[in-house]
Amino acid sequence: MNDKASVFPDPETVGRLALSDSGFVFDPVSGRSYSVNATGLAVLRLLQKPTGIAEVVEALQARFESDAVTIERDVIEFADVLRGQIK
Amino acid sequence: MMAEPRLTVAVTGMNAQPENPGPGLAVARCLREAYGPRVRIVGLGYDALDPGLYLGEYCDSAHMLSYPNGGSDAMIERLAGIHAAERIDLLIPCLDAELPQMVGAAPRLAAMGICTFLPDARALARRTKDRLPELCQLAGVACPEIKPITSPAFFRTCRAEGWSYPMVVKGPFYDARIVRSAEEGAAAFHSIVAEWGLPVLAQRFVAGEEYNLSGVADGDGRLLGEVMMKKRALTTKGKAWAGVTIFDEGLADAARRLVKALGWKGPLEVEMMRDAAGRYHLIEINPRFPSWIYLSQGVGRNLPALLAEIALGRPAPALAAPQPGTMFIRYAVETIVPLGDFEKLIMDGTLSRRPEPEGVR
Repeated sequence: MNDKASVFPDPETVGRLALSDSGFVFDPVSGRSYSVNATGLAVLRLLQKPTGIAEVVEALQARFESDAVTIERDVIEFADVLRGQIK
Repeated sequence: MMAEPRLTVAVTGMNAQPENPGPGLAVARCLREAYGPRVRIVGLGYDALDPGLYLGEYCDSAHMLSYPNGGSDAMIERLAGIHAAERIDLLIPCLDAELPQMVGAAPRLAAMGICTFLPDARALARRTKDRLPELCQLAGVACPEIKPITSPAFFRTCRAEGWSYPMVVKGPFYDARIVRSAEEGAAAFHSIVAEWGLPVLAQRFVAGEEYNLSGVADGDGRLLGEVMMKKRALTTKGKAWAGVTIFDEGLADAARRLVKALGWKGPLEVEMMRDAAGRYHLIEINPRFPSWIYLSQGVGRNLPALLAEIALGRPAPALAAPQPGTMFIRYAVETIVPLGDFEKLIMDGTLSRRPEPEGVR
């Protein structure tokens, strides 16, 4: 498993995001807004708390019907996008 | 019963062409919402087609000014005539090109009883585009190199001087164009010279996103209030058509450093580029409120009203906490103008809708 610090954006950066139940995401520092699906929203909510990727995968596996390997791959891919978008 | 004393504020910059609107109408709108009927707003314009002059809900009266190139004496004489009719308490100039004259005229205006809240001539000169690197070095703020140029030949030879494309070509007061070749540079040069004159400025391109901060400074190095905005939609001239409030302590800190270094007094707009590493680079400082200043009222931080209060020697009003995530979207709308109103501005230079009632003061 990858270490969260090397995979995800800085937790402080993710923590500043305003998340709406609709999937609308607003970054109050950059002024950018995004839309994410239910899975993305769930990941972002998990990343706003101090947690590691193992816990993220476990939490998502309990909620979505998929295996741990697939979830981890998808989470890492999502994290790549996040790092590029939210700085 | 005595009527409540009213404040009379004169505001310039009532032009509002959608591509590049002046800030005056937005400033008037902020003042109207802050003071309601307790403020009498005198709109000042340079063109009888400035739409703000005809909007009675914001301008109680309107007057034409002589263009700044007519000289200080002509401007002051015209303002004295308007003052005799309107009894102006406070004048808020909103156009870059008129600021040098307004700053120079401030003592004579004060002697007439017209208050202003403006920087001194030295501070005004130190934030001109060609002097930004010098200012930024003092303030500890990043700034791209800027070079005054007087010939389009620069764009053919600039690589030998270490310049590369893209770069930004700017006029002394207005206009900024990103050029990607010598041909584009020369075309921008000629177009800007035709409209604004020399010198033209070449500025190194900073890759990133633009962020703007408007604020009011007290003249003693303090920023009394600010609102930060990210443009979300642009006109073809690069002006904000939509935007959203943000809050970034890094941007606020850079603005505070610049205000302190300048000893700035009055309104200003700080335009900065944020690079991929989150570092801010100063692009411009405008010595006035921006045309998006109504957003400050929208987030409970009415900066024109703050300016009016401190300019008149009153305590600075408390501002709401910064509210990132409030948007504005501009729109163009027609106002119906009776031909007689247009005639009055053309022929008399004056249009009064609500005369000052007797005994108000």
